[in-house]
Amino acid sequence: MSALVKLQDVSKRYGDAIALHPTSLSVESGKTTVLIGPSGCGKSTLLRLIIRLIEPDSGSIELDGKPVTPDNINVLRRRIGYVIQDGGLFPHLTARHNVLLMARHIGKPQEEMHNRLLELSELTRFSDNLLMRYPLELSGGQRQRVSLMRALMLSPELLLLDEPLGALDPLVRAALQRDLKEIFTRLGQTVLFVTHDLAEAIYFADEIVLMNDGRIVQNGTITDLRARPADPFVSEFINAQRGIASV
Amino acid sequence: MNRLRKSKSFRRFLVSWLPDFLLIFSCVPVFLINSSSAAESIVIGSKKFTESYVLGEIAKRILTDAGISAEHRQGMGGTIILWEGLRGGQIDAYPEYTGTIATEILKSDLKAPEIRAALEKFGVGMTAPLGFNNTYALVMRRSEAQRLGIRTLSDLQRYPELKLGLTHEFLERQDGWRPLRERYSLPQQNVIGIDHALGYNALANGSIDVKDAYSTDAKIEQNDLVVLEDDLQFFPKYEAIFLYRLSAPADAIAALRRLEGTLDEKQMIRLNAEAERTKNYARAADLYFEGRDGAAARRQSYGESFVEKLTRWTLRHLQLAGFSLLLSIIVGIPLGIVASRGGAVGHVILGFTGVVQTIPSLALLALLVPLPFFGISIRTAITALFLYGLLPIVRNTATGLQDIPRSLRESAVALGLSPIARLWEVYLPMASRSILSGIKTSAVINIGTATLAALIGAGGLGEPIISGLNLNDHLTILEGAIPAAVLALLVQWFFDLLDRVLIPKGLRI
Repeated sequence: MSALVKLQDVSKRYGDAIALHPTSLSVESGKTTVLIGPSGCGKSTLLRLIIRLIEPDSGSIELDGKPVTPDNINVLRRRIGYVIQDGGLFPHLTARHNVLLMARHIGKPQEEMHNRLLELSELTRFSDNLLMRYPLELSGGQRQRVSLMRALMLSPELLLLDEPLGALDPLVRAALQRDLKEIFTRLGQTVLFVTHDLAEAIYFADEIVLMNDGRIVQNGTITDLRARPADPFVSEFINAQRGIASV
Repeated sequence: MNRLRKSKSFRRFLVSWLPDFLLIFSCVPVFLINSSSAAESIVIGSKKFTESYVLGEIAKRILTDAGISAEHRQGMGGTIILWEGLRGGQIDAYPEYTGTIATEILKSDLKAPEIRAALEKFGVGMTAPLGFNNTYALVMRRSEAQRLGIRTLSDLQRYPELKLGLTHEFLERQDGWRPLRERYSLPQQNVIGIDHALGYNALANGSIDVKDAYSTDAKIEQNDLVVLEDDLQFFPKYEAIFLYRLSAPADAIAALRRLEGTLDEKQMIRLNAEAERTKNYARAADLYFEGRDGAAARRQSYGESFVEKLTRWTLRHLQLAGFSLLLSIIVGIPLGIVASRGGAVGHVILGFTGVVQTIPSLALLALLVPLPFFGISIRTAITALFLYGLLPIVRNTATGLQDIPRSLRESAVALGLSPIARLWEVYLPMASRSILSGIKTSAVINIGTATLAALIGAGGLGEPIISGLNLNDHLTILEGAIPAAVLALLVQWFFDLLDRVLIPKGLRI
């Protein structure tokens, strides 16, 4: 087992509000790690610290054994895919242009880009015909598929997903969950997935990391969390979600 | 194939609009070169009132008759602008009055020989008096003056309720309103500043009772006004002369000096009246030569057709507005980008461009004219317009960038795009609608404001507007105002069209 991402005592505060207490975490290569917890628990903050949309106040982050610094982050970002809830697609660019933007920026050959695009549209089950459309002409599910293609374009070692299915209706969501899981398996992808939905976490996770109030409360498999809760909050969180699901 | 082509379309737009702009403005540099190399032609300036226009035309005619190429930049902003233009070499000669030279230019109480010596230090020469004294005077409606029994300036002391409408220049002059009020102990409180030509209307309809005038003003007789006698001899003598650059060609100076002592007050009033009657200064100048050289010299050498004039004004107007707009864009967008990041620098930029907007245009010109490099030139007009055009572009660029949702900014960062690529590929295209609307606002403002260029003799559609204002001739004003309005509409349409080309399709769905 090798850790692709390693966080050591990373913390972040905004004025008096602590978004993340000093936290350490390893994301195993080839596995899907799911960060779960209530709103404001710090799970998105953790993700955004890894890709350095925000600077940590303390601690260190390593990617593949190398420390991530403000100097090398822009190159390292090419090795990280990032998908957010609303897709984050640029409205002035077609789906195709959105996907190819970064590859063009670093001057990938046309032929290679073209082949990769075909591969990705097959992988994400996104119809070729829709590639020329603008984001506003696509449905929510289609936009997330494009966003995923964009994140995967440069074959990143790490894929960060921040509630990628949160804004979708249940049917589309279920279909995308199946497709995503299949894609991760097919690619042997290392994934760090943020959700607040326990069922989704259980479905994807090799390892679940439960967070509350800026801290990691417990990590392990769902069986671990159920059988050996580290904290009353763990049982409370699991039972609350199960309670609603069983209604 | 189709895909490849279309996906490049945005970059292609960016690349393709540049040549369009270059095409539109390519005439400008050529023009700038022309204006500076046209130095061999003698440039006559004039102030923005009828008599000065007429004297300017007379000078142009006498030079032309002597076989010297001459150009008349008429209706420039005021004494300071002409004086600086003369010193800076943008003009070679202009009609002036001895009183003005002493009090306004040299700011001392000198007599003619001393004035001549003082001017020489500036490299400026002065002709002998042309023959008439055009002093300042206060005038009233004849009926009103008779009713109240006012004959002299001292008589005004008895009527504190009289309303005075004075030109802005007179209000500020060293030999103007303030010292005059002191000398005569005038009690009137109701004093407003009003344009000279408009003031005659105000006097006629009773909005004001007293105004300042020039003693050779044709309107005094036309409007049945009386000149109040300067019983304490307050006003200095205002002998008309020509100021010229000592470095001007000797034959040109000699030609100008042939005007010395040839124009008495009666003749000047007649020429002024003719100019105002015919709305044609060249015609009035011709009248001078008729009297001087006899009917044989009569000719209509300055007949430029209306279409020719309109074309000249409009082209110049477009050059002024277009070139200044281009500068505003080139400077405004980067400033807007910096300002969009907020902080102290952002505030300073937005503050500065905002403050510029509050400076009245004539004041801005007056501030620029004395600076080296500027002077009386099209550069000054373009610089002023450029400064006025900045604010909408800077502000819209900043706002457009700030309005981009955080999630999209972060997506651009997370992708690993370099800061420049983020700006060029993502932020600027997304802000394009806002930026273009700023440019559109600037363009329309510039078309309107470019009329001010005429105040410093840079031409454009402001030329007929100012001379019409001066002649109180609505038709002449409209000759400039209507084309300017049409131009503003056309520019608006042009930019609406440009929106369709420049704003990415994905933002217009």
